[in-house]
Amino acid sequence: MSEEKKMNPQQEGGSQEQLSLNDDRRVKVLSPGALVAKRFFRNRLAVLGLIMLAVMFIFSFIGGLISPYGQDEQFYTYTYMAKEYVAVTRNDDLRYAVADGQEFGTAAQAQFLLAQMTGKTEFTYKDVSYTLTEEGEDFYSISSGDTLLAIAYKDIVNPADNDAEPSFAVKYAALKAYTNGESAFTADGQDYTLDEDGNILLNGEIQGYVSRFVVQSAVSGTEITRDFKEELEAAIDSDTAEFVYTGADGEEHTYEIVYDAAAKVWSVKQETLTYVYDSYARPSLAHPLGCDTNGMDMLTRLMYGGRVSLVIGFVVVFIEAAIGIVLGGIAGYFGKWVDNLIMRIVDVFYCVPSMPIIIIIGSAMDGMQVDPQIRMMYLMLILGFLGWPGFARMIRGQILSLREQEFMTATEACGISVPWRIFRHLIPNVIPQLIVLCTMGLGSTIITEATLSFLGLGVKFPFASWGNIISDVNNSYVMTTYWYVWIPAGICLLVAVLGFNFVGDGLRDAFDPKMKR
Amino acid sequence: MRNFIIKRLLLSVLILFCVTFIIYVLLRCLPASYVENMAMRLSTAPGSKPYEEWVAQLNAQYGLDLDIIPGYFVQLKNMLTGNFGDSWRFTVPVIQKFSEVIWISVIMGGIALILELLIAIPLGIMAATKQYSRADYAITAGALVGISLPTFFFATILKLIFAVKLKWFDVSGLMGRNYAQLDQLGKMLDMAHHLVLPIVTLTIVSVGSLMRYTRTNMLEVLNADYIRTARAKGLSEKKVIYHHAFRNTLIPLVTIVGGSLPGLFSGALITETLFSINGIGFTSYQAMTTGDIPFSMFYLSFMAILTLLGNLISDILYAVVDPRVRIA
Repeated sequence: MSEEKKMNPQQEGGSQEQLSLNDDRRVKVLSPGALVAKRFFRNRLAVLGLIMLAVMFIFSFIGGLISPYGQDEQFYTYTYMAKEYVAVTRNDDLRYAVADGQEFGTAAQAQFLLAQMTGKTEFTYKDVSYTLTEEGEDFYSISSGDTLLAIAYKDIVNPADNDAEPSFAVKYAALKAYTNGESAFTADGQDYTLDEDGNILLNGEIQGYVSRFVVQSAVSGTEITRDFKEELEAAIDSDTAEFVYTGADGEEHTYEIVYDAAAKVWSVKQETLTYVYDSYARPSLAHPLGCDTNGMDMLTRLMYGGRVSLVIGFVVVFIEAAIGIVLGGIAGYFGKWVDNLIMRIVDVFYCVPSMPIIIIIGSAMDGMQVDPQIRMMYLMLILGFLGWPGFARMIRGQILSLREQEFMTATEACGISVPWRIFRHLIPNVIPQLIVLCTMGLGSTIITEATLSFLGLGVKFPFASWGNIISDVNNSYVMTTYWYVWIPAGICLLVAVLGFNFVGDGLRDAFDPKMKR
Repeated sequence: MRNFIIKRLLLSVLILFCVTFIIYVLLRCLPASYVENMAMRLSTAPGSKPYEEWVAQLNAQYGLDLDIIPGYFVQLKNMLTGNFGDSWRFTVPVIQKFSEVIWISVIMGGIALILELLIAIPLGIMAATKQYSRADYAITAGALVGISLPTFFFATILKLIFAVKLKWFDVSGLMGRNYAQLDQLGKMLDMAHHLVLPIVTLTIVSVGSLMRYTRTNMLEVLNADYIRTARAKGLSEKKVIYHHAFRNTLIPLVTIVGGSLPGLFSGALITETLFSINGIGFTSYQAMTTGDIPFSMFYLSFMAILTLLGNLISDILYAVVDPRVRIA
């Protein structure tokens, strides 16, 4: 450290003036610091590391300021999504319509059903005898004596759009005609015609229609037009899975038909334009690295994530170094039983498996639902508190030899107080090794933090960290399809850690007086 | 020598005592909802005891009804007699689960360690003998990249390239789909095939530090006086490096490799978890995240023992390999 390199630039430079041999200008004196810097900058890897670090720092600390987006700003997009539109069922139960002014209660209906199943044409219930007549396929009329009481049917007579329910007589006549394949009927003194599609026409105008399908709207407030139903029935009959229908408003929609065999329901899904989070958006001009699951800009998340990762690294290493300096300094200076005691504490902490302990505490905090911000503080404290033994060991080792040197005798002779001696005269001599250890420690702390965040036990949403950005790959679909979501975060992580390691390695070589280059 | 070992052993026992105490206190301080959850579940079973009785019984069973310090001694006594209790997560005795899963971890770690040695030592020596050459820069940079690679990121990249894109390997797991139909040899080959990616991950991630260690020590040896003497004597460079220098580099290498042997039993938590390989690392990860106190307690104590054992082995080996230490 204290070696001075004497150089003679004059001779190579071809000097004009002659200087006397002991002239100060002949000798270029470099301070130890300058020497270290010179050696450091000669190391290409170290310079590369320094550049990498500078880039990462600018990226995370300044990038976050110029980025137009916030850390947890969400973006939305329109996308076509298949939404449940209507559900269609084929009516397989007998339904009843009671004639005006008559009664045919549920108990009587049950009796009728019994009779119908067993093929009887008559049944009695509560001293009334009923007669049932099969008027057509799945169509019965029930009468008592000469009066028609009710009809039972499976094909349903629906009113035309927005019209009132057809009267009993119309229903009866229409069904009778429909089930028997007739094309005209008379009811209430009017002549109706029945076309092939089951439409009931009066003077050429559609009054209603007969169909076995029941169409229920899944979206409230939607009118389902007859036209659409026809289209739908045709699609169901021909077993097509998709059809296109142009609504009254002129908009064309694609509908998807899914048959649920268990429930015997066709659910029809409409492709509608929906406003959603811009999840996993492809990289574009607005979002150079795309968006993440929650539709947040990836580049901005990376910047803020870098901030979190670097700040955590610094705080943790600061805590580690602080505890290490105090305990290592005391142990090294006092020696004997103090040293023994502190070193045994170091041994104990060295043996405590830190990663498992952090995982346990992390999942416990998960259980207690600790606020993400407080959780981050705890994380830093725990990492710092578990990581100091390395620092203490190194400092104690250095101080053990330093305290035997003459300058310590001098400090003792000057009557300088013990804490001052340790922290003002011994520790500054350890600074080079300390800086190297801190730089390397920063790299490994960032990896540890990232690993924990990756496992979901470190920094939590809404805060970004490089680790929890990568944790999206736990979903294997994201891993394979959306590489742009996690690869940049991994590269940032690698660059930052590599930067710290290159610089740390370079500093170690530069500080080492034995390395002559 | 014997006194030294005895002293170190006694000290290790003391340290272990403190470490297990810290671990026990930590686990006891966690919110004890696991016992309560379990009691709740057990008490809803038909014809079961009421909740309070279950809580009391479970607490007594796990020694949680005692205060922390007496509780620790009960636990310690149990552990000393080899009784680590039943795992809550896996509902089998801890030791049984442990012996089921440990071997795959040891095999994985062992192969990775051998590969590391085969890669790191020659490269480290090459870097040191050609210091500041292009090869040295490449090896140093490569070693630092290896150290800086986050395991989870590297493993995921490997998975993406070799399992998803090239389809050479399965993404995770230890056995293929048709494992049950294979014969003995086929089963072994299938497992080996599934272990390729995890072992590559482990090797690449940890080869760097060994490489740097070899290089640093080789450099130190090459600067020593006896190497200068050997050169002055007129020995060929090959003989100087492989006969005189390498043997002396082996001293710290043997020490550190010996010290890392117990570490093979601690498993690779991240790698095993990512590749869903049921080794001790993945198993303990599951146990820890679900709050399985008996298994966690066992695993953490086991890890502490391994660390102590590693230190002890490297200290003893150092004395065994280096005669200078023995005299002093």
